[in-house]
Amino acid sequence: MKYTTPAGDTVIDRQRVVGQPTTRIDGPLKVTGHAPYAYERHDVAANQAYGYIVPSAIAKGRVRSIDLAEAKAQPGVITILTTTEVDELPLGMGHTVPLFGGSEIRFYHQALALVVAETFEQARAAAKLVRVDYERTQGNHDFHALAPDAPLVEGSDGPDVSKVGDFEAAYASAPVSIDVTYETPHESHAMMEPHASIAAWEGEKLTLWTSNQMIAWSKQAVAKMLDLDPANVRLDSPFLGGGFGAKLFVRVDAVVAALAAKKAGRPVKVMLDRPLVFNNTTHRSATIQRLRFGAERDGRLTAISHECTSGNLAGQEGENGIAQTRLLYAGANRYTAQRIARLDLPEANAMRAPGETAGLMALEGAMDELAEKLGMDPVELRIVNDTQVDPETPNRPYSSRMMVECLRRGAEAFGWDKRNKTPGGMREGRWLIGHGMAVGFRNSVQMKSAARVRLSSNGKLTVETDMTDIGTGSYTILAQTAAEMLGLPLEDVTVTLGDSDMPASCGSGGQWGAQNSTSGVYAACVKLREDIAGRFAMDPNTAEFIDGEIRAGAESRKLTEATASGEIVAEDSVEYDELSKKYQQSTFAGHFVEIAVDAYTGETYVRRMLAACAAGRILNPISARSQVIGAMTMGVGGALTEELAVDTRFGFFVNHDLAGYEVPVHADIPHQEVIFLDELDAIASPMKAKGVGELGLCGVGAAVANALYNATGVRVREYPLTLDKYLDKLPAV
Amino acid sequence: MKPFSYERVSSPAEAAAAAARAGGAKFIAGGTNLLDLMKLEIETPRHLVDVTGTGLDEITETDEGGLRIGALVSNTALASDERVKRDYAVLSRAIVAGASGQLRNKATTGGNLLQRTRCPYFYDTNQACNKRKPGRGCAAKEGVSRQLGIVGVSDACIATYPGDMAVALRVLDAVVETVKADGTTRAIPLGDFHRLWGDTPHIETVLEPGEMITAVTLPKPLGGTHIYHKVRDRRSYAFALVSVAAVLDADGHGRVAIGGIAPRPWRVEAADAALPDVKVAARALTQGASPTDQNAFKIALVERTLAGVMAKARGEAA
Ligand SMILES: Cc1cc2nc3c(=O)[nH]c(=O)nc-3n(C[C@H](O)[C@H](O)[C@H](O)COP(=O)(O)OP(=O)(O)OC[C@H]3O[C@@H](n4cnc5c(N)ncnc54)[C@H](O)[C@@H]3O)c2cc1C
Ligand code: SF4
Repeated sequence: MKYTTPAGDTVIDRQRVVGQPTTRIDGPLKVTGHAPYAYERHDVAANQAYGYIVPSAIAKGRVRSIDLAEAKAQPGVITILTTTEVDELPLGMGHTVPLFGGSEIRFYHQALALVVAETFEQARAAAKLVRVDYERTQGNHDFHALAPDAPLVEGSDGPDVSKVGDFEAAYASAPVSIDVTYETPHESHAMMEPHASIAAWEGEKLTLWTSNQMIAWSKQAVAKMLDLDPANVRLDSPFLGGGFGAKLFVRVDAVVAALAAKKAGRPVKVMLDRPLVFNNTTHRSATIQRLRFGAERDGRLTAISHECTSGNLAGQEGENGIAQTRLLYAGANRYTAQRIARLDLPEANAMRAPGETAGLMALEGAMDELAEKLGMDPVELRIVNDTQVDPETPNRPYSSRMMVECLRRGAEAFGWDKRNKTPGGMREGRWLIGHGMAVGFRNSVQMKSAARVRLSSNGKLTVETDMTDIGTGSYTILAQTAAEMLGLPLEDVTVTLGDSDMPASCGSGGQWGAQNSTSGVYAACVKLREDIAGRFAMDPNTAEFIDGEIRAGAESRKLTEATASGEIVAEDSVEYDELSKKYQQSTFAGHFVEIAVDAYTGETYVRRMLAACAAGRILNPISARSQVIGAMTMGVGGALTEELAVDTRFGFFVNHDLAGYEVPVHADIPHQEVIFLDELDAIASPMKAKGVGELGLCGVGAAVANALYNATGVRVREYPLTLDKYLDKLPAV
Repeated sequence: MKPFSYERVSSPAEAAAAAARAGGAKFIAGGTNLLDLMKLEIETPRHLVDVTGTGLDEITETDEGGLRIGALVSNTALASDERVKRDYAVLSRAIVAGASGQLRNKATTGGNLLQRTRCPYFYDTNQACNKRKPGRGCAAKEGVSRQLGIVGVSDACIATYPGDMAVALRVLDAVVETVKADGTTRAIPLGDFHRLWGDTPHIETVLEPGEMITAVTLPKPLGGTHIYHKVRDRRSYAFALVSVAAVLDADGHGRVAIGGIAPRPWRVEAADAALPDVKVAARALTQGASPTDQNAFKIALVERTLAGVMAKARGEAA
């Protein structure tokens, strides 16, 4: 299905199944421990051996030699794969540096060898006895030292700078202006399930049972890295214990498992040790962001500048903190630019809402500062600067933009009018109470997505696609879509995911999963409906599929009549072209937060938070809410505690476990409320849905920081907002 | 994990003898700290003596009107004991401020006292650490040190004793009872139990090799208001930046011990004497501090946390 013009009325609009609150169909599997996660797939291949990675102890340099004598002699050891025995692997999709091979060391905990043994414990014990002789070189590990001289990011058409109007002149003449700099730290995805893979060969054919968000990309990447015909590569990843972007691209577990399985002549499984999740895989880069605004006294922005510097290994982009600033607010004179410091740290890459998460932590903090300077309600300042078109390209309207409605609904539900209006002015016992808000913004992305549906002779439907469910609820919304389209009860639909032998979907990432993968299933179901209607000489456009029957006028036939002679299979995809060029497609939220700060110790706790979201059709209010509250939780972590602490001498993230990298615990997360606005966006997708999985994170950090200011009168522009950064500025006790 | 042998014993004397018999032996109780460190090969005992069957899992009343807590009493059982909640509430509160419910179910009184530091460089075996490998240097001192100690630390090591329970025990003047391999027993006041690092940060307590903790005793109840305030970055499952254990009168006199700043729960006579003057007490507690740039905030935090505790003791609104 080519989606070139916005859909009119569709079957989905009935919302008998789609849009209804539906608990996860894979829930029972998960809570009973039967969902097959990669490392625990003991049944898929016999005789699995255990691999354990020997990670580099230095961040930069070379391997001179590797002494395996002692390790090889350990009980249970089958084989040892070393980095020096293979050439540097080619880069797979999304990679900045090779995952394995060669003698060059580019980051701490780079995999240098894999010990394969009969048991996990044997492999780990022997791995400790692999002796690596290093040649160490001094790297550039200090982002703050490099940032001032960081060059502009080179995009495909030159440096990433955008100018509209005359920023400098407008800024200089603006009656009200601010110039502030915010900093965000390196952050880790820190998902529950570490990267893991089991590899098995049958001749030239490789199967990887793995944990991966993007099956079609990753299949190609594995083929490229290992020089295989893609037809000989199969990935299977039906369940993931989270990813947040860390599993968009193949990581080292998959390739060393594959190489070692070949060497050992039997299947090999590898899971990354928790410290390797922090240092061997990817993270969100730190940023330093300077914002300058010029405004009229009524709050209208006349000059907007946002410059963001982030860091990465040479060859890769950084954290694009300016992306949303090009789109979010009106203003005639604009300047945005991105710089990148070349850092010898582990590879920075996409983490949930890459760009906007860090960008809004700065932009929306700066907006709060401007509101204060103007003496304006921060909600009103945003509303005054609303735009219904792309402000850099005004002939590109938004497909649908409900920022103002999100703010008004959110403010009302939160009781924003009863907020503390004087910074430091509201106290309950020892607690300073503060309120803050921010806009949430994240684009909705159109991606090709294919699916196959099979209606079997017993009238049950199977959906097949390589789409992944990373905890988001894909299984359920795809089943809902198919059930709606074919008029079947949800129980009659089975969804199989994550297998690269199935039609290639959009995968899970960039909050593009839900609307595109359901649209792919929708497209396949349209075909299936046509096939069935054709068998009864009915018009597929007017026939109704309901209660396991197809009806047209007075005529009604059972679907099982259509499949009497065998199952019916239909396959199709959704594909897009011009709609995203013609229309800016984005999702919006109003985030509102109340915090309490201990006036003595500075401890900060979120007391309640609310998000009012507009993200097109909400396919399943239960799983969509789960996505948003999970994202809000992540936002609290980013605001208050999460930071990869860098040892700038030795070039590594020091707090490389879940005790040291502090994500929120239950006790940190108070009352959360989510409101979804009614919105159908027929431009965004045939389902009239947009993404929602990342929206809930975007803006939360700034809302918390603004609330901290409101509570204490202390503006902290350096995340995370740990108490050491403001303790000395709190009133004396 | 290095291969090791394992045996179960059924009495403290047997345990001490078993540990003496086998070279490189360690006791294992809940295992919540020891096993983690063994997996990383930071601890590499050749023999484990499992002491969970020694019958030391009771809390009994002493002739002096206090309590004797068996070394194997779990953190959960201790924190929820009615006598402890009533007469030694600071202890109960300190315990539940630590770790998680699951860990506290496994963790024991003896093991908790002996939990090792949480310095991140101690945990990363690629890094220089005098505590792990004496004489190799200390990577933390000029590295990431926000969590680490400010008083009682040394050139060789700036780590902290990370636990909560012991801070409360310190303020209660608890005494540790032990048995040695030769069967002799001794009683060590908690204030003398943990050593300052000095030049030998790998030696953390005054226990001799093979000496087993059998019990911790509490003197008779002190009365007063019992408070434990643990300041940390998140609300649970995190070690203290600073913690204060306090037993105070209504007029603010009493005693305090501080966690998260030193190689042992930090109690200073002059500070107790200065109470209720928080400023003077805090100054006494942080006297001679040698913080890093990253953890200098702990000096102010000690004073402010103490002030908050004092306010609470005086009944100011929570
Ligand atoms: C994730 C995590 C978070 C935590 N958070 C906190 C926290 O916030 N606050 C806190 O205070 N603690 C915390 N802890 C530490 C926890 O309290 C300790 O691990 C626990 O108390 C140790 O008790 P155990 O019985 O398991 O000791 P083990 O692990 O069995 O033993 C620890 C040490 O004590 C020795 N030992 C044990 N019993 C005896 C004995 N009777 N005589 C002599 N030697 C003995 C062992 O040989 C070993 O060296 C945390 C632990 C983890 C894993
Ligand atoms: S502070 Fe102590 S524990 Fe930490 S690295 Fe230094 S010597 Fe080791």
